[in-house]
Amino acid sequence: MRASRKWRVPAELWTLAALLALWQGAVSLLRVPEILVPGVNVVFEEIVSHPDFYLAQSMHTLSNTVMAFVLSVVFGVGLAVAIVSSTFLEKTLYTVLIALNNVPKVALAPLFVIWLGTGNASKIAMGVMISIFAIVIDAVLGLRSLTPDMIDLGRSMRGSRFKMLFKLRLPNALPSIIAGMKVAMSLSLVGAIVGEFVAAQNGLGYVIMSAQGAFQTDRVFAAILLLALIGTALFYLMEWLEGVLIPWHESRRGHAPKSTAAPPLAPVSPTAKIFDAA
Amino acid sequence: MAVPAVSDVDHNPSLSDDRPLAIEIDGVGKVYQSSDGAVTALGSVNLDIRKGEFISLLGPSGCGKTTLLRIVAGLEEATTGHVHLHGRGLDGLGFVFQRDVLLNWLTIIDNVLLPIDFKNKKPKAYRDRARQLLATFGLEGFENKRPWELSGGMRQRAAICRALIDDPELLLMDEPFGALDALTRDELNVELQSLWQHSNKTALFVTHSISEAVFLSDRVVVVSDKPGRIVEVLDIDFARPRSLDIREEAVFGRYSRHLRGLLEQTDANHKG
Repeated sequence: MRASRKWRVPAELWTLAALLALWQGAVSLLRVPEILVPGVNVVFEEIVSHPDFYLAQSMHTLSNTVMAFVLSVVFGVGLAVAIVSSTFLEKTLYTVLIALNNVPKVALAPLFVIWLGTGNASKIAMGVMISIFAIVIDAVLGLRSLTPDMIDLGRSMRGSRFKMLFKLRLPNALPSIIAGMKVAMSLSLVGAIVGEFVAAQNGLGYVIMSAQGAFQTDRVFAAILLLALIGTALFYLMEWLEGVLIPWHESRRGHAPKSTAAPPLAPVSPTAKIFDAA
Repeated sequence: MAVPAVSDVDHNPSLSDDRPLAIEIDGVGKVYQSSDGAVTALGSVNLDIRKGEFISLLGPSGCGKTTLLRIVAGLEEATTGHVHLHGRGLDGLGFVFQRDVLLNWLTIIDNVLLPIDFKNKKPKAYRDRARQLLATFGLEGFENKRPWELSGGMRQRAAICRALIDDPELLLMDEPFGALDALTRDELNVELQSLWQHSNKTALFVTHSISEAVFLSDRVVVVSDKPGRIVEVLDIDFARPRSLDIREEAVFGRYSRHLRGLLEQTDANHKG
């Protein structure tokens, strides 16, 4: 296990490097015109020669993405709790959400521009619209998966609804919620870009659209490369968060051998002490 | 030597026993609605349990003994009759489930302290008690482990500690050792007896193991199948503390044979 751990990080970097080499090799060997697919060196040069521009555009898209993601998590988990707490809400709200989820949400982007203008609000709204369903659906599943045993345990301890929710239902749902969050993170980025495609003066989506109009293919590729970088970084951020939040989950435990050793036997009847004291 | 005296259909402790009542089960019945119509899980059950008694409910699987225990614990509503708990009522009971139901996201000591948290008391004030309890059950040094790092027997010991943390008056157990291997089961029977003996708690223990019931109990209540009702209440006259060796004694064998006969009889009645 130690050996494979040492291997993992380089293996991932090697894979990415090989991918870039393949790109460069294909472009050089097949003599692809730069206007269709520029080489890796051209794209890197484009980014390196305009560092401030690309940093500002990346940060713009990143901040809208993160904002949309955070709002999705807060409202998504909130909606899920409401849905599992009330049969009325389950029959009404959940039905509406499921119906909405089946509308191609990209089609709503122009509407958000009409309602919220061309600023950040419409991009964030688009990100939330696309990503919130992943959270709600997974969180509802997780919150419902409390076993009858755990419900009995909670009831035998005479816990309030509040305790049942925060001490049993939510922690038990955390693995599902995090699975939803992982999906929602990528979808928030999609939402932010779609918003920028429709109407924007900033962000990597806007860079792609304006560069496409001027046939600056190197610029389009530079923005795409940066988007890939942001998406990958956010994915690993979620992996890390998963390790912090649910170190106890089966998927996180590794293959540590289960302790089967018999517990040390207590000395003869030490029970007396504790209950005399109590 | 004569067969041990078996009280007639007298479900109540002998009159000479002047300990106060802990649990009064009065005409409790349970009817479930299923797709085939109403199913009577429990007939009309009457049983008085005195403070400090160890009572086992013995019967075949699915005979309603667990239903009775769950009604006493307030986990299910009785269809008829009622249960009266003296003392602190439902706040004064600890429940040990067949499966340990330890929460994977909590350490062992936090699992033990969970009932304290649920009752809005301060877990910090109970940490020492939790540590002592765990040590009593041989779990010293495992306080900060996670449940999955423990064996089945250790997990069930931790679950017992959790049931005991708020010093309950009543300890209700639903086949707590059913999933354990025979050796671990024996160890836990001895530990449970020792704990009960020193704590003045009333214990209601559901099992389908005859020898476990005889070893642990002051009285064994035999429950029949469909509908569940009390067939007989058998007094077990062995001095405490009992060692596992009493199982080899002739009297123990007679108790066991008698109980097995009763169980076979209810089974035959059911099939007939």
